[in-house]
Amino acid sequence: MSLEGRLDMRAVARRVARDIPDGSYVNLGIGLPTLVADCVGSDKEIVYHSENGILGMGPAPAPGAEDPELINAGKQPVTLLPGGAFFHHTDAFLMMRGGHVDLTVLGAFQVSEAGDLANWATDDASHPPAVGGAMDLAVGARRVLVMTSHTTKAGEPKLVPRCSYPLTAAGVVDRVYTDLAVLDVTTEGFLVREMVAGLDPDDLQGATAARLTFAADLAVLDPS
Amino acid sequence: MIDKRVASLAEAVAGIPDGATVLVGGFGASGVPVELVHALLDQGTTDLTVVTNNAGSGETDVAALLRERRVRKIVCSYPRSTGSVWFEERWRAGEVELELVPQGTLSERMRAAAAGLGGFFTPTGADTRLAEGKEVRVIDGRRHVLEEPLPGDVALVKAARADRWGNLVYRTAARNFGPTMAAAAALTVVQVDEFVELGELDPEVVVTPGIFVDRVVRVGAA
Repeated sequence: MSLEGRLDMRAVARRVARDIPDGSYVNLGIGLPTLVADCVGSDKEIVYHSENGILGMGPAPAPGAEDPELINAGKQPVTLLPGGAFFHHTDAFLMMRGGHVDLTVLGAFQVSEAGDLANWATDDASHPPAVGGAMDLAVGARRVLVMTSHTTKAGEPKLVPRCSYPLTAAGVVDRVYTDLAVLDVTTEGFLVREMVAGLDPDDLQGATAARLTFAADLAVLDPS
Repeated sequence: MIDKRVASLAEAVAGIPDGATVLVGGFGASGVPVELVHALLDQGTTDLTVVTNNAGSGETDVAALLRERRVRKIVCSYPRSTGSVWFEERWRAGEVELELVPQGTLSERMRAAAAGLGGFFTPTGADTRLAEGKEVRVIDGRRHVLEEPLPGDVALVKAARADRWGNLVYRTAARNFGPTMAAAAALTVVQVDEFVELGELDPEVVVTPGIFVDRVVRVGAA
């Protein structure tokens, strides 16, 4: 099967960034989604939220200027922008759980056609389980965007009829951005909005375990 | 006269009994009351239930408690991190019990205890394995899980400055769990970098009012 035009994840991040409205309060999940911050145009003012009590989180500090107490959810050193604020953990999660964060971008092991998200555990019993803020964010953010490769490294589909991995939350995902397509989760399952140039719809379906429908105004996914 | 200042770390943790449930502040390495945890270690206190976001890393604080087999149970959201060697070793050997709690639920359960609530319903965790065995109720068409309060016998917290009444301000993101834990424990012990005179902390910016604090001890800044 040919999957032409597969994007690198930086291009996917650029595509996600275009969908983030100016003025949004945004929480980026750890890992791949943090790439999105680098891709948001300077014409937009976005307030980044971190679960450990930061609004207005800025980029990594210059080497030597790190503050060991000022870190992001991934425990990496960050900065605070003018207008930023610190607050305690319960308020940080009140923002997430109470629908105050406009959108979140999360990674995924699997997304189901009902919008179920599995992104915290793989049932590998040799490691202790760890959940962090994944469930709070998936349940509470007003809009949940998932950014992921369309298939695993082994070629297994990640967009599935039902998740086989443990759920993070049920019925929460609004839109999925992969290295092949942009798909909305609808009451009828995955609706393909955009596909990379040169990809045949049958090939996209072949790389997807869930049944796809294609939008009447299906567009080419612009990777620029 | 109210004076919650104590002169030494040993005095700060004096009387914390074996078997206590101890809330330990911090997120990653930010805001961890390292010196207080080591004072507890030095005191020999054991059979602890430790409530903390991560399970320690390297050889310090909670990791040291685990290494020295002082912890019976750990309640946390994310025990697996770079250098969480002692937790993983004790967990694999079945020597420490793990109660995994979504991070916001962990924080809110302590807040519920602080607020005198009998628990709360949250959609976080519904339909996941972390809600197994818990009461579920549909509220506004959404499935919610009943979560119970999580009080501490003791809270160990790190702040930046305190006065003798125990009013606290924190530094940057080191605040994290401090204010909630301080309010959720029967005995709240705080380590600070600096003592200031009563009245010196701007009342508009006091983060933890002294009512939640029992003992403060100064560490670090000589």
